[in-house]
Amino acid sequence: MKMNRRTALKLGAASTAALAAPSIVVASDMVKIGAVAPKTGPLAGGATVTQWPNIALWANQVNAKGGLMVDGGQKMVEVIEYDDQTNPGETIKAVQRLATQDNADFIVAPYGTGLNIAAAPLFDRYNYPHLAVSAITDQIEDLSSQFGGMFFLLGSTTAFVQGVVDVLQGMQAEGSLTGNKVAMVNVADAFGIELATAARPLFEAAGFEIVYDTSYPLGTQDLSPVMKAAKAAEPNAFVAWSYPPDTFGLTEQAIIEDLQVEAYYTAVATCFPAFGGRFGAAANGILGAGGVNPDSDKFKAYAAAHMEVTGNAPDGWASATTYASLQVLEQSIAAVGMDREAVVEHVKASTFDTVLGDMNFNANNANERFWTVGQWQNGVYQGVAETGREGAKPVMVKQGWA
Amino acid sequence: MSLTGKEIQGVILAAIALLVVGALPYYGSDYLLSLGITIAMFTVLATSWALFSGPTHYISLATAAFFGLGTYTTGLGFESLPFWSLVLMAGALGAVLAALVGLATLRLSGVYFVIFTLGLAELIRQLITWGQNMTGQKGLYVLTDFTEGNLYMMLVALASAVFLVGWLIGRSRLGFALRIIGDDETVAAHSGINTAQAKVLLFMVSGAVAAMTGAILAPRYVYIEPALAFTPLLSFQVVIMALLGGVHRLWGPIVGVIPFTLILETISANFPNQVTLFIGIVFLIIVYFIPRGFAGLIEQARSWSQSESMA
Amino acid sequence: MDIIIIGLLLGGTYSLIAMGLNLQYGVARIMNLANGEMLVAGGFTAFWFYTAGNISPLLTIFIVAPLAFAINWLIYRIMLEPLVRRAKNRGQLEVDSILATFGMSFIAVGLMLAFFGGDYFNYSFLAVPVTLMGETYAQNRVVAFLAAVVICAILYAWITFSRPGLSLRALSVSPESARLVGINVRQRAAIAFALGGAITAVGGALISSFLTLDASAGVAFTLKALIIVIMGGVGDVRGTIIAALLLGVVETLVASLIDPGLTLAAAYALFILVLLFRPQGLFGRKPT
Repeated sequence: MKMNRRTALKLGAASTAALAAPSIVVASDMVKIGAVAPKTGPLAGGATVTQWPNIALWANQVNAKGGLMVDGGQKMVEVIEYDDQTNPGETIKAVQRLATQDNADFIVAPYGTGLNIAAAPLFDRYNYPHLAVSAITDQIEDLSSQFGGMFFLLGSTTAFVQGVVDVLQGMQAEGSLTGNKVAMVNVADAFGIELATAARPLFEAAGFEIVYDTSYPLGTQDLSPVMKAAKAAEPNAFVAWSYPPDTFGLTEQAIIEDLQVEAYYTAVATCFPAFGGRFGAAANGILGAGGVNPDSDKFKAYAAAHMEVTGNAPDGWASATTYASLQVLEQSIAAVGMDREAVVEHVKASTFDTVLGDMNFNANNANERFWTVGQWQNGVYQGVAETGREGAKPVMVKQGWA
Repeated sequence: MSLTGKEIQGVILAAIALLVVGALPYYGSDYLLSLGITIAMFTVLATSWALFSGPTHYISLATAAFFGLGTYTTGLGFESLPFWSLVLMAGALGAVLAALVGLATLRLSGVYFVIFTLGLAELIRQLITWGQNMTGQKGLYVLTDFTEGNLYMMLVALASAVFLVGWLIGRSRLGFALRIIGDDETVAAHSGINTAQAKVLLFMVSGAVAAMTGAILAPRYVYIEPALAFTPLLSFQVVIMALLGGVHRLWGPIVGVIPFTLILETISANFPNQVTLFIGIVFLIIVYFIPRGFAGLIEQARSWSQSESMA
Repeated sequence: MDIIIIGLLLGGTYSLIAMGLNLQYGVARIMNLANGEMLVAGGFTAFWFYTAGNISPLLTIFIVAPLAFAINWLIYRIMLEPLVRRAKNRGQLEVDSILATFGMSFIAVGLMLAFFGGDYFNYSFLAVPVTLMGETYAQNRVVAFLAAVVICAILYAWITFSRPGLSLRALSVSPESARLVGINVRQRAAIAFALGGAITAVGGALISSFLTLDASAGVAFTLKALIIVIMGGVGDVRGTIIAALLLGVVETLVASLIDPGLTLAAAYALFILVLLFRPQGLFGRKPT
């Protein structure tokens, strides 16, 4: 039995923070930053880990420095937050309100693929730069040609799947993955379906045989039939395109069934600090979506600040990218001022110094250098596969669950 | 048919109101327009809901099922078919689904119908999700050139149609039959009214309208996935707004929709961290203190003032 | 065989979820849509005690139960009794209670968000395999199942054989006649509602040992509980248990033999079939 004192302390901190309602100071010499994301509804759990703490951290740090650099002077930042209740209608209303009632100078991209895309036409109409982080799609080209100010920081569906395929192939090449049988499951939700659909041909092209392929609905309470069937197929590798509750649920079942595989991958939330805390030593060797380089000085400083300001550690993937999106915004404002169209042009044309390292955007407004796969290695979530980031660690083989 | 003087007066008033409301995109700000869309959407949904539930006393929680069906009709067909035909098709599909559900369940009473309709949205959502998974279909991107103004006008047109249909039903044999059913179903059956048929017909109207609303609004959401299209919250919002307004008058729901939307807007603008909490409190206030709805209050006030003036 | 056992384990979980609602709806006549939130709150409490003080959820339930009983008793007395008094007939009470408890579920979610934040929470308790007849199962699920068996058995015995239990049953059959034979209807209804809430919260505490929850997770449990209660027949403890087990087995059968993607669809289909052919539920009495 393990206990997790830190999470309990965090709960206490979160409750006091939530009770002290934020008081909004209105002043004309402030830069108003709008933020719309779920605080309730199905995506609230993820947004609470990845989105909101980074907005708070960034605003806190900018103001501690004396404000944003704007046209040679400094302006303090004021954040206006709205809860969209994980409902696209509410996201649209809130962005509209930010744009026309609150006169927000800039708006942080919403959270989740669907909510980002629902908001895209409004960001476009009011010329807000739309630095989408938590929106993984293969429609980047279509979307960025329709919405010129929409940028994609976290990567595309295919790139993510390719990352996983590459990792498994690499393990095969060095002999740590001794077969080509893959058991694949996915959560039956747009995200899981998209990844699974992209994965089938890529796995086959790479010479893998998918010996078990199924989906389960979001909110499934008992994943043991899934895991039992996956185990019965005797795979060499297990891949789950999963969401937070089932990422935990599948892993727990894998431990109970003692699933013997050389590579075990679950997607979203594997990189959450709570995942490492929950499974401890059993997490060792588990692969997950996205990654970071926890040893880089920039990330270390960021993680320490994140811990200090928000009371929690950042996750090992989109947290840092969310923060980086705000750095891109900050640096663009410093360079060209508050003119939103100029900021969009600047984002397109420039290279930024972010917590992830240098970042720039291609002709489709997509960041091409990102982490695709990470792995829990001795208690730390390490990036192991990337498309142009430094510091990837060698992949280790999954050795049991003890 | 002939209209009485009072009815002509009503028609003129309605026409003026329609003109003022319909022209909103030409004089209102974008923000007002996005509020207007929400109000128009819930007016359509709540009024058509009350058309069925007012006289029959059946609480339907299937609005989300029909609405989602409509958004999917648009999502799947907008690239190959003209938009207006999709809206009509959504209406037809909604009516068919409502007929099936109605024939199967309207003999159930009260709470069974409530839970059944609630489960329906969930069942359809699960089936669509599963179907998507089987075919490898992803979330649907509905990229169109419609502006908020276009969508708003369509909703206002649909709302006018709903009011017209409601008014006609009120004058028709069907409306008469429904009022008797609402008062006492046994009496209605004895006086030769086909109660099942009347209820199913009304449920079809209500289902068709909700599906058409979903079809019209799909381009606004741009990206459609089952969890968002079939959200059960929508069904509850429609019920509470209709009840807040009052379901015994055709104009009842609209006097619920407008204040409720504005209250919600105020809450989410001012208390972003406590939206759910405040929505819950507003819900309770309505249930406990305004059980007969605003329409009830207005009529009470009216009859009170009339008796005052007579005295 | 394997499938049946997994199904029964899941069904045991479901009976924990639905038993409380059955008391609340069957006896106290309150269709409580805030039931799932009570469950999540129970889970939160167990999580809190476990992570902060390393106290086993099996002990926490002895704190959760009286606390939830008191809270639900107050909710009934203060919030729901006015609705009962106001209602002219059963139908109106149903509508009022559905709307009122739906509002309460929002308030509960709002309060949990304020106090605990929107994060997912789970912990590792007895997440080790046990072997039964050559197959492995999660120990925490087996423990929760056994607890469900104990709770259901006590509840069933109490309702069937004890005097206060008998009066609850009388109440569920006919409130009017219950009043005639000298049962304090209001007080008994409050007790039934509170007891239902306590069982739900205990269920939440047990379930939290193997499910990942968050503040907004309640509604899914409410839906499942509604389905089970309606399927089993309102006010019938036995029916609820059997419906819960049936649902667990059917879901597991579908997941194992057809496609896990259809489990929830199968649950709703089963529910709809039962409603169509036996609207009063598997064990319900025909409405008079």
